[in-house]
Amino acid sequence: MGNLFSIERALRHIDAETDITSDPARIASADRLVLPGVGAFGNGMEELTKRGIDEALRGFVATGRPLFGICLGMQLMLSEGHEFGLHRGLDLIRGAVVRFRDPVDGEGSYKIPQIGWNGITLPAKNGASTGCRSDWKGTVLQDVQPGSFFYFVHSFVTVPEDRGHVLAETDYGRDRFCSVLIRENVSGSQFHPERSGEAGLQMLRTFMTL
Amino acid sequence: MKTIRVIPRLDIKGPNLVKGIHLEGLRVLGKPWEFACKYYRDGADELLYIDIVASLYGRNNLSDIVRKTAENIFIPLTVGGGVRSLDDIRELLRAGADKVAINTAAIHEPGLITEGARAFGSQCIVVSIEAKRIGNRCEAFTDNGREVTGRDVFEWAREAVDRGAGEILLTSIDREGTGGGFDLELTRRVAEAVPVPVIACGGCGKPRHLSEAIQAGKADAISAASVFHYHSLEQEAGMEKFSEEGNIEFLGHKRGSLHFMADKIIPMGIRDVKIRLRDAGIQCRDHGASLSNEPSQGNDHRLRHGQPLQHREGAAPY
Repeated sequence: MGNLFSIERALRHIDAETDITSDPARIASADRLVLPGVGAFGNGMEELTKRGIDEALRGFVATGRPLFGICLGMQLMLSEGHEFGLHRGLDLIRGAVVRFRDPVDGEGSYKIPQIGWNGITLPAKNGASTGCRSDWKGTVLQDVQPGSFFYFVHSFVTVPEDRGHVLAETDYGRDRFCSVLIRENVSGSQFHPERSGEAGLQMLRTFMTL
Repeated sequence: MKTIRVIPRLDIKGPNLVKGIHLEGLRVLGKPWEFACKYYRDGADELLYIDIVASLYGRNNLSDIVRKTAENIFIPLTVGGGVRSLDDIRELLRAGADKVAINTAAIHEPGLITEGARAFGSQCIVVSIEAKRIGNRCEAFTDNGREVTGRDVFEWAREAVDRGAGEILLTSIDREGTGGGFDLELTRRVAEAVPVPVIACGGCGKPRHLSEAIQAGKADAISAASVFHYHSLEQEAGMEKFSEEGNIEFLGHKRGSLHFMADKIIPMGIRDVKIRLRDAGIQCRDHGASLSNEPSQGNDHRLRHGQPLQHREGAAPY
């Protein structure tokens, strides 16, 4: 979890009080939680389970207080991950975590992982799907302009079953993927707000007001 | 969309930002975090800090500079120079680095790449390759271009990625500091040899060099030093405050001495670079898109110092 300190620095920069902990009791008593994470899905989930953090997170979410996941922390919120085999996730949001589709010859080159900046937009309303979000009011993105750029480092993407849980989408390679997800008091971003300049700090400021 | 990253490279010696030619002949330019803050505000996509004498002297004093930088900068920071162990990596990450760049130690002990990737994730491990053309071959050098290894650059790049490197930072020693343009063939061959992003570095002197590195060189990110640093110096008054170690003759002459390479290196701001890239059809982050209330930088900055931009003799128009 190499980005713990970056997240702490960014939160302190916006005058939030922070506490880095893996203690279930302290997790239960927090006002807000950020679940960071870099690395592989299976290892991440194993660590959470071993330390009893998975149960603490479920308990916390049940109280209605805000939980935000970043990168792997966001992916762990889904039902299952397909990185190095099939692994169960926290199942806070129904859906799966799958790898980017590989480039096809002649359709333009791109590398996996995606490492760099990319824009986020409102979810596309495609075909018969209903219940798509049409604005970001009342969410972590409420003060962010559609089209804003954020910093991504990942090979896997989340696919929530319910399109209503997609808060923002991003295009990369052959995929249009969920870059921010939401379900009631649970939300998460595939990008790193703590490394995304002023737009990322703005998102964290909004999180502190939810 | 796939966007290209623009990454100012800050070479550090002791407490200072320095710049050399062919990685030698160092000049002190100022305090690294002051330049870093400016680049952050101007929309740099990442920053690269390299302690250029760390491998030589076996010292590792970067952490304090990294800590000071990380307080105010919220974009990814890659730090390299003298990284030899997992403890070194851990210390730099703790100080505020997001990634570490490893060259000398990776060549001598490639297992460090694997161990680093396992402990901190591949995304943390950037293998830095300093390439020099020797006859028909491209060979990897260590210790900031001083030591021959005999390793073929392309073979080494593939091995580094197989061992867990998340990115390759490719510096052409032949072009470094010359303003003659990136080594496009070298860049393209490395970019095509590995599945991970390649950051092209060394030789940027003009705006078109950047788009060439992406379009002909197939680079995923571009790093440059002189063009950005000289642009910053042009904008800054009171350079006297930066002068504690190394060659300060350059500073004594102030902007006058920038003429020594005026035909090779055209100072560029990050905003200028991004406009040029977009004009060339290359996608890159527009950091102003989300920040309508941010005060504008660039020309206003000069005017605040009462020093309107003067035409540079011998400098080609952008």
